[in-house]
Amino acid sequence: MTAAIAIQGLEVVFDRFRALKGVSLEVREGESYGLVGESGSGKSTLLKAITGLAPVASGTVTVNGKPLGKTRDKAFYREVQMVFQDPYGSLHPRQTVDRLLQEPLAIHGIADGEKRIERALDEVGLGKGFRFRYAHQLSGGQRQRVAIARALILEPSILLLDEPTSALDASVQAEVLNLLEEVRRRRKLTFLMVSHDLAIITHMCERLMVMQNGEAVETLTASQLIGHRVSEDYTRNLLRASEGFVRA
Amino acid sequence: MSGDTLLEVDDLRVTFPTRTGLVQAVRGVSFSLGRERLGIVGESGSGKSQTGRAIMGLTPPQAEVSAKKLAFGGIDLLSISPRQRRSLRGNRIAMILQDPKYSLDPVMTIGRQIIETLRTHEKVSKAEARERALAMLQAVQIRDPARVFDLYPHEVSGGMGQRAMIAMMLVTGPELMIADEPTSALDVTVQLDVLKILDKLVAERGMGLIFISHDLRLVSSFCDRVVVMYAGKVVEQIKASELRDAQHPYTRGLLNCMPRIGFERHPLPVLDRKPEWAA
Repeated sequence: MTAAIAIQGLEVVFDRFRALKGVSLEVREGESYGLVGESGSGKSTLLKAITGLAPVASGTVTVNGKPLGKTRDKAFYREVQMVFQDPYGSLHPRQTVDRLLQEPLAIHGIADGEKRIERALDEVGLGKGFRFRYAHQLSGGQRQRVAIARALILEPSILLLDEPTSALDASVQAEVLNLLEEVRRRRKLTFLMVSHDLAIITHMCERLMVMQNGEAVETLTASQLIGHRVSEDYTRNLLRASEGFVRA
Repeated sequence: MSGDTLLEVDDLRVTFPTRTGLVQAVRGVSFSLGRERLGIVGESGSGKSQTGRAIMGLTPPQAEVSAKKLAFGGIDLLSISPRQRRSLRGNRIAMILQDPKYSLDPVMTIGRQIIETLRTHEKVSKAEARERALAMLQAVQIRDPARVFDLYPHEVSGGMGQRAMIAMMLVTGPELMIADEPTSALDVTVQLDVLKILDKLVAERGMGLIFISHDLRLVSSFCDRVVVMYAGKVVEQIKASELRDAQHPYTRGLLNCMPRIGFERHPLPVLDRKPEWAA
């Protein structure tokens, strides 16, 4: 099987700060892969480096067999789309949902916009009634659905998800996670998902990488993590922490 | 419930005027608190923070607070003067906020902020205030209190900032502590450290604690009793140890809808919100 995303020795440097220190990973086609770590571990930077939003100092990124250069072309963005953490910040406040969804279509010169917008809204569970609303008229969960619709409208094969539910209430989080699983199954998408929450990652992903201080700590399958078959202390600590507070 | 009643809340209401009329953020909340740890859980917009703020006296001026009874240690909080209220706030009732990045003064060193709190409420010399501030920083397990004393908030990590916040709130020896999402802005491992410190200090000093959070599981592992709020109302009060047997469908739904390690469920159960919950 070919790798959807292959990363070799990726280094990202901001001024003199090394945010990623030679990280390698491989995401298979159709797989859902998780990145877990605390703030500052470099998990979001990794996603940004793939999309060309972070300064790559060295290392290679290959997407669907094609090595990526310094810049990304349009064809790349038809294959790879991203959903950001904060639905309050990632939607233009003065554009209607319709306008937001037209933007990617206009950039890529896609003609059947009308149909695509209707389909995309339908797919994320927002009816036509939402099409001419503004972001501030929507709840957090509805906004994240719009962000997912925007990512899906170009029919990409890879979705990068940066903490897609951490700004949402628990009950809304469940709805959005279910939606993501459903579109992945229907469209046979590859997911690369970042979260600080181990439970979410084991729920959504087959394999995962634990990161700390810009480095990979270890790579595990979800079932290894569930069975507590981990080899690094750091991962063990994270597991313990995810079980909640225990009075000594 | 352990010991005497510290706080009594009966039919608390907080009303905000908006362009489209009055909005009740808190609609008749009642509970009482002894020297125990009480959790208030709810989702955004449930009124949990406004409940805490009303007790603290930090409701925005345009909003109106009413209650049949809102009493702290026998003092009727709604009838005392703002001056008396100020003397309680930060002294006998303290509050920890969510994010130390925003709740600490960015242009004042951590030490000076702690001393300011102390000297506002107690007549102590500068030297003694400094001593007590350092001792308090030590108590929240900051390794090098003398160094952190002179640091500005932006020079410390989130976990350290939140410890400084706890130190500042505890330095006057309050009887009631309101913690509004005290660990939500922190990483999971740091979260537990901060909770451990909070737990120890609350137990040692015999304080009453109101722990406000959206995280039902965290609250239930930390508190003795949990009040679950929905749309401004209390839908259920339950002992944390009996949360598994929660009766209200909202509480059960909230517990159920979170993914758990080792319990595979696809798709996750979602909340089926009933209009009568808010009625």
